[in-house]
Amino acid sequence: MISTDSRLVASVSRLRPMRSLYAGNATSVMQRGWLATRSSNWLVILSGFFEPIFYLLSLGIGLGSLVGAVTTSTGHAIPYAAFIAPALLATAAMNGAVYDSTWNVFFKMHFAKLYQGMLSTSLGPLDVALGEILLALLRGALYAVGFMIVMQALGLTLSWWALLALPAVLLIAFGFASFGMGITSYMKTFQQMDWINFIMLPMFLLSATFYPITVYPEWIRWFIQAMPLWHGVELVRGLTTGDVNIAMLWHVLYYLVMIVLGLILTTRRLRALFLD
Amino acid sequence: MATVPAPVITATNLVKKYKDFAAVDGISFEVAPGESFGLLGPNGAGKSTTMRMVGAVSTRTSGDLSVLDLDPNQFGPEIRSQLGVVPQSDNLDAELRVRDNLIVYGRYFGLPIGRVKARADELLAFAQLEDKAKSKVDDLSGGMKRRLTIARALINDPRILLLDEPTTGLDPQARHILWDRLFRLKEQGTTLVLTTHYMDEAEQLCDRLVVVDKGTIMAEGSPAALIREYSSREVLEVRFGSEKNAEVAGRLEGIGERVEVLPDRILVYSDNGEAELVRITERGLHPITSLVRRSSLEDVFLRLTGRSLIE
Repeated sequence: MISTDSRLVASVSRLRPMRSLYAGNATSVMQRGWLATRSSNWLVILSGFFEPIFYLLSLGIGLGSLVGAVTTSTGHAIPYAAFIAPALLATAAMNGAVYDSTWNVFFKMHFAKLYQGMLSTSLGPLDVALGEILLALLRGALYAVGFMIVMQALGLTLSWWALLALPAVLLIAFGFASFGMGITSYMKTFQQMDWINFIMLPMFLLSATFYPITVYPEWIRWFIQAMPLWHGVELVRGLTTGDVNIAMLWHVLYYLVMIVLGLILTTRRLRALFLD
Repeated sequence: MATVPAPVITATNLVKKYKDFAAVDGISFEVAPGESFGLLGPNGAGKSTTMRMVGAVSTRTSGDLSVLDLDPNQFGPEIRSQLGVVPQSDNLDAELRVRDNLIVYGRYFGLPIGRVKARADELLAFAQLEDKAKSKVDDLSGGMKRRLTIARALINDPRILLLDEPTTGLDPQARHILWDRLFRLKEQGTTLVLTTHYMDEAEQLCDRLVVVDKGTIMAEGSPAALIREYSSREVLEVRFGSEKNAEVAGRLEGIGERVEVLPDRILVYSDNGEAELVRITERGLHPITSLVRRSSLEDVFLRLTGRSLIE
């Protein structure tokens, strides 16, 4: 009887080469994260919600009253607050995703040994990666909805296209989360983790967030345009201001590639670390 | 003729190398269903590495390994779904309550929620943690955490339970409670595979064991058979003070079957410890303390490797 079972299992496994990586059970990892968040992390979640709103109020409304209108890359003049709000939205998505996929993952990997436990069950590394990342997305979505409600209330949403900003924000968060988790798997100490902030902060300040990219000389522009956040800012800004064109699909493509590469990296690393 | 049940684990010349270092260097053993099998050895002997390969979370460098008739290198998830794993250091989910730890872990196996909840309550009773169901994991004592880890490992009704150093770091009382629980599992027919560097644990729990040192198997058998083969019935321990032990040892020729000199004491192996003590005092040697005890697996290990188990 046992040998029949194993023959059956053997033939099934040949049909599904992904079997050792993915058990189709990422939801159990998400459920775990939801339960854990519910019991312990409410304050952290709440602070992530308010951060971009404070930026919007202080810079958009405060500084905006001095700046007046800004001309977008396609030549439209819009209020300063409406110019930076989508950038803050994209940044909030990035920050939420990066926090969840770097610091949280770092802790779970090295101190809580959570993944070690998960990977001694029938879960595969891709289940763990997807479960953790999708949960980060859910959180990103909550932030985004809240922020967009505030934008609407302040009269900064200028287009029906803005509804598409929500999936765009999820795309951004997915890209950062899957890459962030992969990179975090290489980190061994807290000092190395600080490097992530070292990259994130300048990216936030310089990615055409607070002023149009046209202020830069050519070579800096190229550099900024190679960075992921710039693509996110342009994508969301186009949608909320209704300044939509076909070239924006390049931004979408950028993130799709980032997601796929990030997932491959993360899955391989989890397998190398916990299933060597 | 009665048919011998097929082994649930078969390892043949199993090797695990990390770069040039062989953590496991060609070990072979079999575990029968319902058997309680132990790997005894000091830290760094390769026990945990062996357990990780059996647990399908580490791939072997060479040799053959079959767990529940499957090759762990190819069928990791299938094998893991039928194993219960108690790792060396607790990796309970501190962000979840005690009962949720069991439920969530059951869900990792893709088991239906109703079944997992019912099983969680049974296991809380088994682990004597019913009144802790809603507690935080960090509020549990070391022994309770260990029992919860064992309960968690049983959530999927595993065919084999792997225990890596199950009682290391626990106080004597907590160890005895844990042994009692494990003994119950053994009586119910669960196959246990455990590593330990405590000989009393191996003697209590293992039907059969292998003594492992530096990645290889030094001896194999039941605890009693190993003691019979590699040691004497009794051991006389004498202490002359740490400076004098080595000097006195030279004057013990002809006493006992064998003499081992350790930094803090001298061990005399004999079937009659008291008689040997009389012969020592007749030579005008008067130990500060003396003790006659039965041989243990510690003595087997010392004989096999020339070193003590716990350094």
